[in-house]
Amino acid sequence: MKIKMNGEEKNLSQATLSVSELLVAEDVKMPEMVSVELNGEILDRDAFDSTTVKEGDAVEFLYFMGGGSE
Amino acid sequence: MTLTEAQVERYSRHILLQDVGGEGQEKILNAKVLVIGAGGLGSPIALYLAAAGVGTIGIIDGDVVDVSNLQRQVIHFTPDVGVPKVESAKNKIQEINPDVNVVTYQDIVHSKNILDVIKDYDFVVDGTDNFAAKFLINDACVIAGKPYSHGGILRFDGQTMTHVPGEACYRCVFKQPPPANAVPTCSQAGVLGAVAGMLGTIQAAEVLKYIIGVGDLLVNRLLIFDAKSMKFRTSNFKKNPNCPVCGENPTVTELVDGEQAVCDLKV
Repeated sequence: MKIKMNGEEKNLSQATLSVSELLVAEDVKMPEMVSVELNGEILDRDAFDSTTVKEGDAVEFLYFMGGGSE
Repeated sequence: MTLTEAQVERYSRHILLQDVGGEGQEKILNAKVLVIGAGGLGSPIALYLAAAGVGTIGIIDGDVVDVSNLQRQVIHFTPDVGVPKVESAKNKIQEINPDVNVVTYQDIVHSKNILDVIKDYDFVVDGTDNFAAKFLINDACVIAGKPYSHGGILRFDGQTMTHVPGEACYRCVFKQPPPANAVPTCSQAGVLGAVAGMLGTIQAAEVLKYIIGVGDLLVNRLLIFDAKSMKFRTSNFKKNPNCPVCGENPTVTELVDGEQAVCDLKV
């Protein structure tokens, strides 16, 4: 399927997969450092397993970024 | 207030802008902005706000200047090593622009002082280096109804968003601080100095836009850039009804001090 991943088109071999599976497929090493947005809505972390990513969806992985002062 | 002749000359490049003009410059001169953290982000933020003529700039930071800060914290100079950052920043601001009234707080923000510190300001800028402070600033600004700019940098990356009352806040996107053991140690990760300047100047531009009431702020969107590929994007989102602080059933109703999961960029 084709999805929009962080603003760019992406082809995935799977026809559908859960957000948790997508995090694994995208090799996200620390999923606890990522907020996931699906079609403009921020997902609750406990919905990652039950939420399915489908053809045409727009997914954003938003990472915590902490630095600034020190 | 009316601009003096000297001010008309000093701020002429602002006044020439149709969106600013003398009226906008007067708004800037009357504005009160609090910069939290006089470090990598706070430096460019404070320098540009000072040059722009922001009437009152508050700076809160509990640290002294360390030699390893100088690679990116451009408001501090080599002879400032060992000097409190708020002192060092104040001196530079006053040299840039004597119009600016600088208020310093040599302290960190915590749950007991933050509401008291932010109450006198029109806008708050987050230039802190740890998630405990970032979440505290967000919660305090939401609770107090203050607009603020969030900023974060790491390695070659930066992100920023602007919160105004009634719109999405940082917790709408990042519900709670990451577990302390998941935070990549920035002492290992590092940061490109110029990335702090890139992000800090974006935050300063947001402050000035807010003050003069021009353009579209980074409200309900997160600007993310990667200086390595030099790609910028914005991720749009809505105010989250399940947000723990600004949502329909908030669970964060009072301020608490989180664990200081410090992202230490110093070493």
